[in-house]
Amino acid sequence: MKSKNPPASAGSQASAIPFWRDAGKRAFIFQLAALFTVGGLGYYLFSNTQANLARQSIATGFDFLNKEASFEIAESLIGYSAADTYARALLVGVLNTLKVAFIGIILTTILGTVIGVSRLSSNWLVSRLSALFIEVMQNIPVLLQLFFWYAIFYEAFPAPQQALNPIKGVFLCNRGLIFAIPEAHNAHTVMGWILIAVLVGGWFLNRWARRRQEAIGESFPVLRVTLFMALLLPLLAWVAYGTPTAMNMPELRGFNFSGGLSVSPEFSALLLGLVLYTSAFVAEIVRAGIQSIGRGQIEAAMALGLRPGQILQLVILPQSLRVIIPPLTSQMLNLTKNSSLAVAIGYTDFVAVTNTTINQTGQAIEGVAMIMAVYLLFSLSTSVFMNWYNKRMALVER
Amino acid sequence: MTELAAVRREQLKPPVVDIGVIGWLHKNLFNTWYNSILTVCMVVVLGLLLPPLFKWAFVDSVWYSSAEACHDIDGACWSVIPHNIRFIIFGFFPEGQEWRPALAMFLLLALVVYSRKRSRWQSSLGCLWAVSLTVMGVLMYGGIFGMPVVETSQWSGLPLTLMLSFFGMVAAYPLGIMLAIGRRSRLPAIKSLCIVYIEMIRGVPLISLLFMSSIMFPLFLPEGISINKVLRAQVAIILFTAAYIAEVVRGGLQAMPRGQYEAAESLGLTYNQTLRLIILPQALKIVIPPTVGILLSAFKDTSLVVIIALYDVLKTTKVTLSNPKWTGCSTEAYIFLALLYFVFCYAMSSYSRRLEKELDTSY
Repeated sequence: MKSKNPPASAGSQASAIPFWRDAGKRAFIFQLAALFTVGGLGYYLFSNTQANLARQSIATGFDFLNKEASFEIAESLIGYSAADTYARALLVGVLNTLKVAFIGIILTTILGTVIGVSRLSSNWLVSRLSALFIEVMQNIPVLLQLFFWYAIFYEAFPAPQQALNPIKGVFLCNRGLIFAIPEAHNAHTVMGWILIAVLVGGWFLNRWARRRQEAIGESFPVLRVTLFMALLLPLLAWVAYGTPTAMNMPELRGFNFSGGLSVSPEFSALLLGLVLYTSAFVAEIVRAGIQSIGRGQIEAAMALGLRPGQILQLVILPQSLRVIIPPLTSQMLNLTKNSSLAVAIGYTDFVAVTNTTINQTGQAIEGVAMIMAVYLLFSLSTSVFMNWYNKRMALVER
Repeated sequence: MTELAAVRREQLKPPVVDIGVIGWLHKNLFNTWYNSILTVCMVVVLGLLLPPLFKWAFVDSVWYSSAEACHDIDGACWSVIPHNIRFIIFGFFPEGQEWRPALAMFLLLALVVYSRKRSRWQSSLGCLWAVSLTVMGVLMYGGIFGMPVVETSQWSGLPLTLMLSFFGMVAAYPLGIMLAIGRRSRLPAIKSLCIVYIEMIRGVPLISLLFMSSIMFPLFLPEGISINKVLRAQVAIILFTAAYIAEVVRGGLQAMPRGQYEAAESLGLTYNQTLRLIILPQALKIVIPPTVGILLSAFKDTSLVVIIALYDVLKTTKVTLSNPKWTGCSTEAYIFLALLYFVFCYAMSSYSRRLEKELDTSY
């Protein structure tokens, strides 16, 4: 930067250091210049925007949120009609994004773990096939995959009249996937509550078992007991209600199905594409996590006389999870962010709804700002969780 | 005597289940009871899936037929590709001028292939790149040597995809390094500016930046000035990728032990010299694998410009498929495109693996 020597001015003022040689002052000036540049640029853009908006007479602000949206949204978790406000339409969009992200994250974790473990399988065929899956899925853009699955739904699957019926009660056609669900019955509500109660009980049981083990050194099979209870108790409730087996079967009425639960082709294609794409990355993370455990750890655990299940539970998992969880969360966040590609295949997620809103109202700045704010909120809450987790999981060193 | 030796030799041979094909099968597919079950299940599933797929793709398929002939067959209609390959690859580039983007792309790929050897990374290579990029620009834009001018709005298809990804990567890399250094800086103002930038960009999807570039950015400029749409998308991609590169590079910088800085300082190196000569060469080397991951996603993410209606290779394919003549052939066209992307990505990731091995100086 300022490496050129100043002309030696008689050498009389040896003590006075020129300001460009004083690290402190230089840092101050440098920072001031940086802030000034950024601030000036911001002001310049802001004043331009103001002038442009005034010229095109676009009103700024979020008043439009209370106006009538007057567009339909194909699928919604809450009641919505075209007469509702933009605010409600956007809420529907957020919920749709959360829906696909939530289901996607669960499926991705399961599929990714299975493939990651298969990648390490000693079975040559299984390991090769997983490697092939990972390579193919990772190297094709997710948007192309979404288009592909959407095209499969639209072109390869027949109309509802000739719907594929692979097993009883499940139909595949270009209107999506339609399957039978059990008829609403009190027994199901009760079973659900019992399941939740068992899981909460399992958490307390786990705490009790850990304290007991610390106190007297005897372990308790928490997982097995909880799983057994979670299966047995709801089943008992079901029997007590007289084993209701009525199903709500989808039926062809005219040009579409009624009854059952139907999943739209847009949602299915989005979910399928996101899950397959992300699970390839998750599989690599899981594989790296498992491989990060040194062979000596397992040998030491065996030498201590732990059973294979105990080795997995007490030695391998706690250590590999520490390696796996941080990149895993960032993949989950990626999945959530990639769900914004829904706009390309017509699933009405938050970005798609905002896009429609921008087109109708012309409020581009507010719209883009809202998209950014919502996704920033998602990622900030994730990083809060990550910080908490890292603190909890950090290696306690000397 | 010899008989005895022959018997001995026979006894010394390994059992037949341990060698050859049987041995391999025994070791790799049927070594335990559950692996045997798994193998059998896999073979059954593959046996059910592969023959129909093969029949669809190769037996019942047509390759050069007309669009009408496609509607009568059960198999794949690969004809969609040879019939539309010009538009898929070159998009709206004027008819008869296709040799120009083709030559430019060939030049780019040839240079990339030539630059793969580290022994060729010298200043002469930099000059070669500068000259070639100018030539490519001239080829694409035209205007001299009797080549008609082709506006950037007509640049589409594969050249656009390659251009967006190439400049996206090349410009984002130094920007990302600068951001990473800024984030590790001791100056609070610089540090917080970099942190805000990186975290904000990483928190939002690329789509929102592309939206910003396409619908919001025109509002930022003073009246009468407009910036080309392709360039705006290019800047959005660069800014987005740089934030991710910055995080990866920061990981590398953090992995440098303090002793490296202290040693450099004791040698009398300035801050810039320390970074340039000591820290960055080591830090960048250890983050090659994640960096390539980021660059790969940048390449794949250029396909997102479809959403703001730029005609990259995915969009030209979609336009082809929206032609009523070729509806119903989406699967085939997308498979072709997937293959195209796969080849590029696979080449990049295998190159990174090789580079990683080459640069590995540990012993």
